[in-house]
Amino acid sequence: MNLTLKVWRQKSANDKGAMVAYEARDISPDMSFLEMLDVVNEELTLKGEDPIAFDSDCREGICGMCGCVINGQAHGPDHGATVCQLHMRKFKDGDTITIEPWRARAFPVVRDLVVNRSALDQIVQAGGFVSVSTGSAPEANSAPVGQAVAETALDAAACIGCGACVAACPNASAMLFMSAKVMHLGVLPQGQPERYDRVSEMVETHDRLGFGSCTNIGECSAVCPAEIPMDVISFLNRDLIRSRAGRGMKRA
Amino acid sequence: MEKSEGVQWWGGRGAVQSFAAMTASITAAAGGRTSVGKKVAVAATGLIGVGFVFAHMVGNLKVFLGREPINHYGEFLRDMGEPIFPRSFVLWTLRLVLISAVVIHITLTYQLMQQSRRARPIGYEYTEPVRKNPAARTMRWGGTALLLFIVFHLADFTWGVHPDFQRGEVYHNLITGFTRVPVTVIYLAAMFALAMHLYHGTWSVTQTLGVNQARWDRTIRRGATALAVVIAGGYSIVPLAVLFRLVK
Repeated sequence: MNLTLKVWRQKSANDKGAMVAYEARDISPDMSFLEMLDVVNEELTLKGEDPIAFDSDCREGICGMCGCVINGQAHGPDHGATVCQLHMRKFKDGDTITIEPWRARAFPVVRDLVVNRSALDQIVQAGGFVSVSTGSAPEANSAPVGQAVAETALDAAACIGCGACVAACPNASAMLFMSAKVMHLGVLPQGQPERYDRVSEMVETHDRLGFGSCTNIGECSAVCPAEIPMDVISFLNRDLIRSRAGRGMKRA
Repeated sequence: MEKSEGVQWWGGRGAVQSFAAMTASITAAAGGRTSVGKKVAVAATGLIGVGFVFAHMVGNLKVFLGREPINHYGEFLRDMGEPIFPRSFVLWTLRLVLISAVVIHITLTYQLMQQSRRARPIGYEYTEPVRKNPAARTMRWGGTALLLFIVFHLADFTWGVHPDFQRGEVYHNLITGFTRVPVTVIYLAAMFALAMHLYHGTWSVTQTLGVNQARWDRTIRRGATALAVVIAGGYSIVPLAVLFRLVK
């Protein structure tokens, strides 16, 4: 396959950046999207040019490191998959493919397609944890968890923190990411002590970091490689209302 | 405008000012909070709006019962609450609640919109949405269109800019109002915008107030569709009936 790539090139955080066109020749349809970029980069290196910088790690869709907007969709045209799991057979010979970094104020571009996603870590630091007593491990059956609850928690915990939800959101909101954490911990007995403080702290941090406000469009869930459903956001909203009501009661 | 009979509303300026102050403080209280807190206030005021458009639509359908019932109903709205409260008192209280709801709804939405604008200073060269739900993506434009329509509509039927306006003659004003085809066209277009806003709005309310769950999602979406169709449809059949001379 021969393709034309239009890639966002930006030397550093302060550089203005621009879309640059490249030709990708002799690409096998069995390659992953990142392998295709590797081939292009080898050619660029041989020519003495700077290779296109992009993030990747496990290349099997579980680490959440890779991610870019391909032809206007976060992680590209394949759904429920990350860029590393996207294969070139999804494209046709002669296609022009646009490749852009995640765009959000909270995700500044480091270089080319690499963005700084530490804002997501800061949201987790604000409340995405549980307090446990140190010492010997507790008796496994001392905190029983029903099957349905365990499944719900695990579905929410499937989030790999790639940031595609923010990238795809017309409001650049991190609600789906944050809600997945709130639900994952909020339905389990271990997450109860901090449950209502967690949601409050996380939402306040989310707003302070410069993410936008959710308008329930659902684009986040549609591009999510872990297919986190929209109702996690409903769960967060409910917990925030309860949190605020609880604080009001305490003050009264 | 004739004031002698219609607005013998007491309480005067003080009541309006205290209401304005209350609206401002609710807005500020919600505004000082998180984005989710603001959204909850937008959802709650939106629900007040849903209640209003439903009641207004049911009232409009009285045109099919004839001149007397709808004129009588119009008069009832002013008499409501008598003799416990003075004439027009309950109506004006409801109006002020509604106006406050609209002000809070728009102010907070504007603040949230600004937050979202700031959240993406550099946009994409190209985007291809996966969820192509026009109702969800046109809430702001649709809402603005509805606001403009409300001003037009109030001027036409309440303030009496209407060329053949007779205060208290609801039936007459309605029929003569809708015999003007451009007005009917604007009205029907606004009802389409209302249906879109109501569909995403009511579904969104369940999401924002945290009552939505995956297993109820389809049911809630169907309910939102039904509500939007019933309300916008209920409004639309009135001018259509006038246009096709089913009511004269």
